Amino acid sequence: MGKRIDDAVMDNVELLAKLSLGSEEREKVRGEMEQILDYVEKLNELDTDGVDPLVHILDEVNVFREDVETNGDGREDALANAPKSKDGQYMVPKTF
Amino acid sequence: MAKQYETVIGLEVHVELSTKTKIFCGCSTKFGGRPNTHTCPVCTGMPGALPVLNRKVAEYALKLGIALNCEINQYCRFDRKNYFYPDNPQNYQISQLYLPVCHDGFLEFFVSGEKKRVRIHEMHMEEDAGKLIHDEWEDSSLVDYNRSGVPLLEIVSEPDMRTAEEVIAYLEKLRMICRYLGVSDCRLQEGSMRADVNLSVREAGSKKLGIRTEMKNLNSFKAVTHAIEGERERQIELLNEHREVVQETRRWDDNKEASYGMRSKEDAKDYRYFPDPDLQPVVISDEWLEALRREQPEFQEERKQRFRDTYGLSEYDAGILTQSRHLADLFETVADLSGFPKKTANWLMVEGLRILKEMGMEPEELSFTPEHLAVLIQAVERGEIHHANARLVFEQILEADVEPLGFMEEHGMRIVMDDGALTAAVEEVLKENPKAVEEYRSGKEKVFGFLVGQVMKKMKGKADPGKVNEALKKAEDSLLLIRQR
Amino acid sequence: MKKLYQMSAVELGRQIRTGELIVKEAVDSCLERINEAEPHLHAFLARNEKGLEERICEVEEGIRKGRYHGPLAGVPAAVKDNICTRGIPTTCASKMLEHFVPSFDAEAVRRMEDAGMILLGKTNMDEFAMGSTTETSYFQTTVNPWNREHVPGGSSGGSCAAVAAGEVPAALGSDTGGSIRQPASYCGVCGLKPTYGRVSRYGLIAYASSLDQIGPVGKTAADCAALFEVIAGKDEKDSTSSGKPFEATQELISGGLQGMRIGVPEELLGEGTQEEVRNAVWKGAQMMKEGGARVEFFSLGLTDYLIPAYYIIACAEASSNLERFDGVKYGYRSPEASELHEMYRKSRQEGFGSEVKRRILLGSFVLSSGYYDAYYLKALKAKALIKKEFDRVFERYDCILAPAAPATAPKLGTSLSDPLKMYLSDIDTVAVNLCGLPAVSVPCGLDREGLPIGMQVIGNCFREKEILRTAAAYEALRGEFPMAQLQ
Ligand SMILES: [Mg+2]
Ligand SMILES: [Zn+2]
Repeated sequence: MGKRIDDAVMDNVELLAKLSLGSEEREKVRGEMEQILDYVEKLNELDTDGVDPLVHILDEVNVFREDVETNGDGREDALANAPKSKDGQYMVPKTF
Repeated sequence: MAKQYETVIGLEVHVELSTKTKIFCGCSTKFGGRPNTHTCPVCTGMPGALPVLNRKVAEYALKLGIALNCEINQYCRFDRKNYFYPDNPQNYQISQLYLPVCHDGFLEFFVSGEKKRVRIHEMHMEEDAGKLIHDEWEDSSLVDYNRSGVPLLEIVSEPDMRTAEEVIAYLEKLRMICRYLGVSDCRLQEGSMRADVNLSVREAGSKKLGIRTEMKNLNSFKAVTHAIEGERERQIELLNEHREVVQETRRWDDNKEASYGMRSKEDAKDYRYFPDPDLQPVVISDEWLEALRREQPEFQEERKQRFRDTYGLSEYDAGILTQSRHLADLFETVADLSGFPKKTANWLMVEGLRILKEMGMEPEELSFTPEHLAVLIQAVERGEIHHANARLVFEQILEADVEPLGFMEEHGMRIVMDDGALTAAVEEVLKENPKAVEEYRSGKEKVFGFLVGQVMKKMKGKADPGKVNEALKKAEDSLLLIRQR
Repeated sequence: MKKLYQMSAVELGRQIRTGELIVKEAVDSCLERINEAEPHLHAFLARNEKGLEERICEVEEGIRKGRYHGPLAGVPAAVKDNICTRGIPTTCASKMLEHFVPSFDAEAVRRMEDAGMILLGKTNMDEFAMGSTTETSYFQTTVNPWNREHVPGGSSGGSCAAVAAGEVPAALGSDTGGSIRQPASYCGVCGLKPTYGRVSRYGLIAYASSLDQIGPVGKTAADCAALFEVIAGKDEKDSTSSGKPFEATQELISGGLQGMRIGVPEELLGEGTQEEVRNAVWKGAQMMKEGGARVEFFSLGLTDYLIPAYYIIACAEASSNLERFDGVKYGYRSPEASELHEMYRKSRQEGFGSEVKRRILLGSFVLSSGYYDAYYLKALKAKALIKKEFDRVFERYDCILAPAAPATAPKLGTSLSDPLKMYLSDIDTVAVNLCGLPAVSVPCGLDREGLPIGMQVIGNCFREKEILRTAAAYEALRGEFPMAQLQ
């Protein structure tokens, strides 16, 4: 198989995954990904015409909860692990 | 010669559902709590937390879907929409793409007297995001997840609208339906109804769609109108200058009355939707649908007609009273209880809406006991209270739900309706004023008013002038007859 | 006489129940063993010391008052570090969650507490359960108690090594593609991957949600059955947990093999399988036949497609599940970033190890626009066909017998350099996860280096009873399996 993961594809998956690989790591991972993708291409041998994709193994459906308030104030627990917070809110680099 | 352009508009409307709890956890959906106080591991995206669907959300989705004449995906599923943003704690939004709950419906409404039909492409359930505010002091953003996980329905129309007027009419009709169903209060200012406008222009007569932009952050009908007009002009100008419209998302700035592009190279447009493995499918049985169909309320059009037919209301009155399902319900209950439908309509429309306006409230917020208004109207009709006083009592009913008869008694507003007392007073007055009686009989109509005044005086004002008139006339007539005999 | 640490969980529970033993003695013997073994083994990431004395008293009192019903009251246990424990760090063996302390217990942990079990600590694992050697842990490398130069397997390597070394009589692991069964086989202990939906995933930090299951590790099938009973059952907090009832499983031990129909798939005993493993499984099958089961070889279709379908689905789900680790709400945030997306990228780049990043990237790729149909959707269709194939097999057999891994534990440091080769070694275990099946791994021999070999008994969905009964009957025929001699 040829190079399916060119620079543009690699840039895109890094963007989607929110990762910034170093150049050495990037080349290594690119090679490994191509090797793995080549291998999984095996699936193309399989005739799946007319086969419905199987998402849920369990056959249970309509798993609901009732519209009843069960939770109180979760603020302290929510923020207990926050790397940075202020006034009961998570603080992040500005988004505006 | 300037080219003629046609505007083509489609809407994506997000409606926040008025459930008590969030879509996937038991946290409150109440508006305005202190930041992050309505949160739990699920709606803050804690590792290990899992979503469980609120039954009410599916039910509301189906109710609205039925009202919008949609086809229902009786096997529907949730998908994950993946994108990084701090208001989205899991960095994926649980939504529906592949098998949304409803599709292919339509909404009909009137614009300038003409019936308009807009097709609904699809409608799906999803979760709302948290709130970001800017912290000037730290030059950072602060995140509050109280809104995170509040249930939304997203209603996607086909590009069937051509003018801002049509868009507003569509939104108003949609809002009315949601409110009639009780699925959402649809307040644009509070964000419980949000419209994203997809707009393109094309040369008049052309069948091909132009390149569209999507405008977000429109939180009033005024903003929607201005944004549509502004964007139409912007695109036409570009085309006239032979420049291209760029397909993009634009944010409307209400203060500047202008929109600007929201592009960022880090904004991946590839959401990698895939079925959410944490949620089992929702299967909607025929029985479930049928039960919901039976529960559907009578919507405005039918109700308006019925009010005209049953209660003899005018087109105008019926229209106003049915603008809110709650108001219409109130009217109907009070009209039936009191037996005076037209009077009921008058009280609600003239006094009721005036008081609401003064208090800055919506008809939905009326919460008094219908019996109280019915009793008041009957008291007025029986002449037990002066109209001016009745208005005061009505205000008290609206504000404090007072019981009218007790209140009238307490404040000395109740007109004594003891017929014996009135008859006695009339007889006394006639006896005491033989001269005036003589004058009236000889044709001096004016004297009658004097006699009425005398009776009122005797009754210490606690008599209905109409009744006094009536009693006097009756007495006169009988006196006359006796004399003539 | 057996030392306490050599006892099975069920035996320990019995002695505590009858009063032959008090809870404190059981706990102290484990702590002593932990102190002895940990300097070499490195199976634990955190010890649960705070409040332990009080907990022991509470349970002791509860036992005397008859508060607990199950067979494991007073029995110490360990929990894999991707399962949330309130107030105790839960790291997934990742720098990303080095300082993360959950505010709630996983449902499985809550049920263990309710059953009177005593949590002694959190065990090492491959980072975010991605790996099959426990070497991708950010913190430490756990070694195989049978031979320190070898890996314990993974990703539940810490839990399996801890049980094998007698540090705890039982532990929880999690299994997404073999992560309980394979390390159990490498470590010579018994591990059960329950049917998908049997054990609540609430509080299990997700790797691949449609494949993940929490399961027990113990010395024997009876241990696994007992702990399974404690943790299994419907949980309202997990939409994918099943309400299907399950029978009390302790009586299964006496069930025997009579009438049991067992199939052995030829494809999983082929060339790729180490000869000693093949022989040990074959011998196991022979024994079962002599024990009254009807055993036959059969041909299992689609085995070439198991690994491709599994890795596409697992990586796709992982890429989404791990998006929440972004430095905003918890976990590692890079100190250097000042811009939002830079913060995301740096935090994730620095917080995740390379195996995790590779799977996230692969998953992002197979879900990305233009590739979704060719990879992800195709894998879901393959999964449908594989499920059908197993449905067909279970029409003929009650259980399937297979190796738990094609080979015994490799040497430390030899696996990570070739990821594809590492992925291929999951061939014996992934089908079970793709199809949601239950499977138990029991020790069935030693190779010439003295490393344990494991055999899987796989059943149809919700048939834990059958596979545990088969495994227990096999154990009885096999005789007691030796314990690892820590050296
Ligand atoms: Mg949406
Ligand atoms: Zn919540």
